Amino acid sequence: MKIMVAIKRVVDYAVKIRVKPDKTGVETTNVKMSMNPFCEIALEEALRMKEAGLASEVVAVSMGPAKCVDTLRTGLAMGADRGIHVDVPGALQPLSVAKLLKALVDSEKPGLLILGKQAIDDDCNQTGQMVAGLLSWPQGTFASKISICGLTFSAPLRSSRSTDLRLNQPRYATLPNILKAKSKVIKKCTPEELNVPIKSDLETVQVIEPPKRKAGVILSSVDELVDKLKNEARVI
Amino acid sequence: MEKWRATSRHLLRHFSKDLFDRRMSPSFGTFNRQLSSAEAVDLVLLSFVSVATTIQRNPLFSSISSDDISHFKEILGEKNVIHDEEKLVTANMDWMRKYKGSSKLMLQPRSTEEWISLSVVAEWIDCALSGVWPLKKAALAFRKVNSIYFQSLVQSFNLCLRISEMPPHSLFIMIRLFLQALCLFASSTYCDSDKLGNYGTHLILQVSQILKYCNSRCLAVVPQGGNTGLVGGSVPVFDEVIINTSSMSKIVSFDKVSGILVCEAGCILENLVSFLDNQGFIMPLDLGAKGSCQIGGNVSTNAGGLRLFRYGSLHGNVLGLEVVLANGTVLDMLRTLRKDNTGYDLKHLFIGSEGSLGIVSKVSILTPPKLSSVNLAFLACKDYSSCQKLLLAAKRKLGEILSAFEFLDTQALDLVLKHLEGARNPLPTSMHNFYILMETTGSNESYEKEKLEAFLLHSMEGGLISDGVLAQDINQASSFWHIREGVPEALMKAGAVYKYDLSLPVEKMYDLVEEMRIRLGPAANVVGYGHLGDSNLHLNISTPQYDDAILAQIEPFVYEWTSKHHGSISAEHGLGLMKADKIFYSKSPETVSIILVGSYLLPKSLCVDIVQLMASIKRLLDPNGILNPYKVLPPFLAS
Repeated sequence: MKIMVAIKRVVDYAVKIRVKPDKTGVETTNVKMSMNPFCEIALEEALRMKEAGLASEVVAVSMGPAKCVDTLRTGLAMGADRGIHVDVPGALQPLSVAKLLKALVDSEKPGLLILGKQAIDDDCNQTGQMVAGLLSWPQGTFASKISICGLTFSAPLRSSRSTDLRLNQPRYATLPNILKAKSKVIKKCTPEELNVPIKSDLETVQVIEPPKRKAGVILSSVDELVDKLKNEARVI
Repeated sequence: MEKWRATSRHLLRHFSKDLFDRRMSPSFGTFNRQLSSAEAVDLVLLSFVSVATTIQRNPLFSSISSDDISHFKEILGEKNVIHDEEKLVTANMDWMRKYKGSSKLMLQPRSTEEWISLSVVAEWIDCALSGVWPLKKAALAFRKVNSIYFQSLVQSFNLCLRISEMPPHSLFIMIRLFLQALCLFASSTYCDSDKLGNYGTHLILQVSQILKYCNSRCLAVVPQGGNTGLVGGSVPVFDEVIINTSSMSKIVSFDKVSGILVCEAGCILENLVSFLDNQGFIMPLDLGAKGSCQIGGNVSTNAGGLRLFRYGSLHGNVLGLEVVLANGTVLDMLRTLRKDNTGYDLKHLFIGSEGSLGIVSKVSILTPPKLSSVNLAFLACKDYSSCQKLLLAAKRKLGEILSAFEFLDTQALDLVLKHLEGARNPLPTSMHNFYILMETTGSNESYEKEKLEAFLLHSMEGGLISDGVLAQDINQASSFWHIREGVPEALMKAGAVYKYDLSLPVEKMYDLVEEMRIRLGPAANVVGYGHLGDSNLHLNISTPQYDDAILAQIEPFVYEWTSKHHGSISAEHGLGLMKADKIFYSKSPETVSIILVGSYLLPKSLCVDIVQLMASIKRLLDPNGILNPYKVLPPFLAS
């Protein structure tokens, strides 16, 4: 069985995000980019399934500008067998991603499609569900444990907020694997080849930082609290 | 002459055989067991048993009295004078819980740009308004002052003299103007009346006032910053007054173009790092203790750290210092100039002096720009010689982008995995003998990653590396650093630890670790790690408890071995209290053969030129010896 894993190149999780001065988006130039953590977990799960003998091949897919190839190389270094890069220069909405994935699934015919629950740059949590809908495949969302028994389904993976409840801990890319990855194939295609028109239904009007949290006030007695609630906050 | 030499050599050899495993005698004195006819040789016997038994409190230092405490309260205010026993417990003990002092007083001086206490201003106003302070005398006194504040002060004075002729409401305006001028003047500069003739104005620092008083009373003083030192240099030995710089934590200025940062000595390193991060710069030094250590302490101890390999030591990066000497004189050497060849560069004396020549109050430091692409590789080598070859190859192939090169041995990694939470072995598939952490920093992400990958793969094919992992994102990189930076913490959790920080030639570095393993056997876990790129070994010996027998096996041997290979017994940790009397291992001329056993003997005539010069400098800058006594220099020289 072939497993297809979708991975996304996003701003690194540990980077302090800054909003661009013109408020059109988040600063991404000169900022470290890496694989979305949920996608890493998805890929790790696929690799474990392959090592357990449940799958024959793991294909990694990424969509975006040319730099996505770096992220695909990381995926290959972790152990994926092949990579597919869909070259799309601009921004992509989840629906377009879902349509592209459907086209790829139709051509590659994997038995299982695994995606990360959400991307840490837009936090949409939509692609997995949309793809399943388009393909009319059964889906399992927020998976904390996966075991195969002959079914086909697409399942976004959950990574719980608490550090213990991760589905798995992604492996590091070792040097021998990096060497092997150099000889693995990354196929390139475009949306036109897949017959998917990319149009954006959403327009980002403005991106601003959330307002800074005001300092709290330490009160000395319950009476003072009641007084403040009554007169200042006017909630009672 | 030859006969003398033959005799002395014979004697010394004889000594070594007999004294090798003898426990040290705790008393000073001349050693006369086998001297007999060799009285011609002047011998100075220094014993080095654990310092607590040899160091006596210097009787010349006074003890703190309640008058002193009230005087300090006047200078600093009630809040910043701490004499509560409970609060002093942490200040009296070092981070490793190895050294404990018994100070009864801690002072926390504040920043300089502060309003002088209102009582002083009130006094001035009183004098001025009552006419006690004649205007002419004041003008003479302040003749070197040319500030506009003084001008407005004089004008206000003039106005005040005509107060009685003014209608009532203007009176208030006049008083307000006068008070404003006075307060502005008081807050910016203050003339020390007895130094006016020579110095004009100088900034008054609370530290300076404290030290002047302590010097006059002969009260011993310990400057303390973050208290993260590893050689007991930041804690009192007896009842010295602790001067804690934590309240002096302002960032004075930062120049975005040149990257020169001027800040006070109490700024915590991590805070400076986050401040600079916003500006796009980094600090040139990085230590595991960055969450608590303060820049004043870093400068005073010439801290090394993980970035020394790339950015050099603090001697190169510190552009200026403001130092307070023992008698309260403030040396304002705070320049922000990259190049300044005017006279003797005195700041280098204070960098690394460990607070024994003066207290650093402000630092001007050159910060490098923050580069965006950082790549980190965690590698495994099968033996030490491949680690060395890897270092050479990395310097050549990765040259300008290489920013750190650390190593750990397998015992260190085991300890970390066992005792540190959240530590994960990056190479779990097999155990290797040595691990290397190699970091590159540059401005072009993809180009450097390719370069690093190509180098690593080439090294792997060449057999230098047996396995390795390349960090793919910042999280993975910080988990690798966590392993290397967590070794000291893991050692602390494993029980008692004897720490040695040695600079040795790269080829010989690991030989010492192996010899110690053979010497100590199964009684102790000998761990070696450190900055391979700087030839700096951190030799740590971990045992379940502190044990004098094991200490006897370790101590003179390690220093002797280091001395024999022309290394340094303290590469970056400093001498502090732990190694105050060990300076001779690294600072004596090669012609001297020093026999180091339970007690070490030195022909007095042959040694000590360099160290005596250090002692005379100390006497010059601190005649009463109040700054950080009993540390850095051997006690017998300090007096």
